[in-house]
Amino acid sequence: MVGFILRRIAVSILVLLAASFIMYVLAANSGDPLQDLRDSSAANRDQLIAARVAALDLNVPVPLRYFLWLGGAAGCLVPFTGACNLGLTVSNAAVLDILPTAIGSTLQLVTASFVLAIVLGIVVGVVSALRQYSGFDFGITLLSFFLFSLPSFLVAVLLKEFMALGFNSFLESATSIPIWLIALLAVVSAVVWQAMIGGDARRRMIVAAVSGLATIALLVYFNVTDWFRNPGLGPVGLLLLIAGIVVITTALIAGLQNRRALIVAALNGAIAYVCYFALQGLFDISTFNTIIILGVVAVVVGVVSGYLLGAPDRGMAARIGALVAFLSGALVVLDRYMQSWPQYVNNPRINGRPIATVGASTPGFTGDMWISGIDSFTHLLLPTISLLLISFAGYTRYARAGMLEVMNQDYIRTARAKGLPERTVILRHGLRNMLIPIVTLVATDIGALLGGAVITERVFAISGMGALFVTSIQRVDVNPVMGYFLVIAITAIVFNFLADLAYATLDPRVRVVA
Amino acid sequence: MTQMLPEPANVDAPPPADERNTVGVSQGRLILRRFLANKVAVVSGILFILVAVFSISAIGLGPIPGWWKYDYTSLNPQNDGGAPTLSLWPFSVGDHPFGQDRIGIDYFAMTMRGIQNSILVMVVISAVGTAVGTVIGALAGYYRGWVDSVLMRITDVFIVIPIIVIGAVVGRATGGLGVVPLAFFLAMISWTTIARLVRAEFLTLREREFVEAARVAGASDARIIFKHILPNAIGVVIVAATLLAASAILLETALSYLQLGVRPPDVSLGLIISDNQSAFQTRPWLFWWPAVFIVLLAVLVNFVGDGLRDAFDPRQKRFSLRRTKEQPASSTTAPASTQARVHPETPSS
Repeated sequence: MVGFILRRIAVSILVLLAASFIMYVLAANSGDPLQDLRDSSAANRDQLIAARVAALDLNVPVPLRYFLWLGGAAGCLVPFTGACNLGLTVSNAAVLDILPTAIGSTLQLVTASFVLAIVLGIVVGVVSALRQYSGFDFGITLLSFFLFSLPSFLVAVLLKEFMALGFNSFLESATSIPIWLIALLAVVSAVVWQAMIGGDARRRMIVAAVSGLATIALLVYFNVTDWFRNPGLGPVGLLLLIAGIVVITTALIAGLQNRRALIVAALNGAIAYVCYFALQGLFDISTFNTIIILGVVAVVVGVVSGYLLGAPDRGMAARIGALVAFLSGALVVLDRYMQSWPQYVNNPRINGRPIATVGASTPGFTGDMWISGIDSFTHLLLPTISLLLISFAGYTRYARAGMLEVMNQDYIRTARAKGLPERTVILRHGLRNMLIPIVTLVATDIGALLGGAVITERVFAISGMGALFVTSIQRVDVNPVMGYFLVIAITAIVFNFLADLAYATLDPRVRVVA
Repeated sequence: MTQMLPEPANVDAPPPADERNTVGVSQGRLILRRFLANKVAVVSGILFILVAVFSISAIGLGPIPGWWKYDYTSLNPQNDGGAPTLSLWPFSVGDHPFGQDRIGIDYFAMTMRGIQNSILVMVVISAVGTAVGTVIGALAGYYRGWVDSVLMRITDVFIVIPIIVIGAVVGRATGGLGVVPLAFFLAMISWTTIARLVRAEFLTLREREFVEAARVAGASDARIIFKHILPNAIGVVIVAATLLAASAILLETALSYLQLGVRPPDVSLGLIISDNQSAFQTRPWLFWWPAVFIVLLAVLVNFVGDGLRDAFDPRQKRFSLRRTKEQPASSTTAPASTQARVHPETPSS
């Protein structure tokens, strides 16, 4: 095992050296780094050219310059000694200074879309696989094909134009959702829900009617309370949502007949509901770390309560408790964010047009944790949706294919023959086995995460890694390009390795092949 | 002679019904039949060829002129702010059906030129990339040992760099050389997925008996690879090549959007979207026409690729209600099993 790891590391280092050499030579030869200076008409043009040549060693032939860069980069292997030197940009900024902010920006952007794409993709893919050959299945397959063929800049530009301008105008002028839109959304919701839940004609009619009416009720409620100006879940809404979470989580994982599990879930939901009233004062003075601590406490409470009360299957009860506690707590925090929305929109800098299309935050905007959280949200909403749509399509296809393959295995047939409820067969036996290749895929995707938002960052003017790369390559600025490459290459290699290890751990049939 | 020979069978009559299904059909014909049964794929393929022929013939290729009266570089006087003159009811094409761009060039000609370039890049990348990837994968899979290690490490080097990153660098360096050189260089970095797929196929196929038989008969390595193993792996190669083509279109348009691909004065769909994205409110046609065609081309190629994959995969059985009603006794009515649609490339923006 150790030999395998060492061998893998040695090969990875060689691969990294070769790839960085190729990248360096290509980048350095892709154009003239002095082009902008040559074209300028400044009086001290020659001194500027000489200064840049000296700062970036442009007189040294490219292969030798690579080794100079490599020497500086190798210093990064020894942490905390300050010997790390990744070179200067053409504007004489140290690459090592601009990389961390760029990484932070990109991470902030891609994390939400990554998590959402996986969760939604798996859910939709699994449901689609379970309803194979139905209208829902064909619809989802067509949709994922279409989304997969969309170029990312198209989605980004369209979202900028329609959603940002449309929503902002809606917020400024109109006061209510038009009746035709309510009717349309109710019909769409009814059709989608009855397709997802399936069953015989009577059950479909009931599901369609219930979902249609619920949608109408919700949208009318939005209109009556002017919800988009003063959003919030409120005590009643929160109660309904928490009750829904309790019921659905228990039904999916343990089955509603399991009283112990239901008690654990209901207890955690109730605790979260009480905290909603009790913690409002704490929220007003809390920072982001406070919220993280609260989240951890919630999960721990969930696990402990499940363990204590959930005999005989304590592990399952602990999982249910943790999940309910986490989701209910998240709803309480979400409600607090919503309470700050009017304050955000009416701020003179925002001026009633909250959805932004440029940058990752409003420049010069300060406020408490809730306001700046909403600021980040409104700036990152559209780029996240843009990235989400394309990743979602990929994950849906994988999840569907994996689920179909798993559901045709013999052990599923055995589980059904044993008389297990269908829910257990699908979720415990089908889903878990289907997730194994998905986990390796997720690990590989994390590796590719940082480098994957180049176009979206360009369209939305977010100064992250992708923007750094594009600007640098257009100016033939090799050092930031190599800094970018180093970060994404190392992340990719590390996570590919973790993916292989994860696959070997999760699937006993596959052992690490030395 | 009291016994007569039995009457010869009537050779003109069709064989009895239960024998009809046992007439031998070659594998190629089976695959073709499965592909043609997939209506979506066939329609997509036909539509793609129509779009290609239409765009190439509209403005001509190289020295050969097309049937459209304007070309993609000459300026024309602007009328009506360059709005499109195409109308659906009553149907009339008008002078500038797709409108004009900001300096008066006919947008229909520009869009057609962009489609031409996209299709050209797609064909070059998929052809060259498939060829290179197949050779590398075949050599790695067949010889194994140190050849495999070296080739796979070289492949790893190219996999580590995301395709848009190295595409951007290559595009910056070679974009000014023209469309075909750009496509060629992009193909030089796109072969990695095919190499891995072909290598996996070869690793399994080289253990089969026909390879041993060929070796015993004295066939050289090259002959075994190209005449014996490769035809059996051709299904995987064709499917991967089509999927490479679909991602090639998206790669080229994305690079041109970043202005690192096809350069002016030549036209690419991504480039004209990038140039005109700020005019969305005032002149939306400048954005919509190239956008529609990019999506159309990518969707059509994806559908064809998926149809090919379904046709080549022997485990595929499309559940058809019609077929179960026609042959109740002999049909295999179990709704089909695995539709393994594992796309080799992770989505990237």
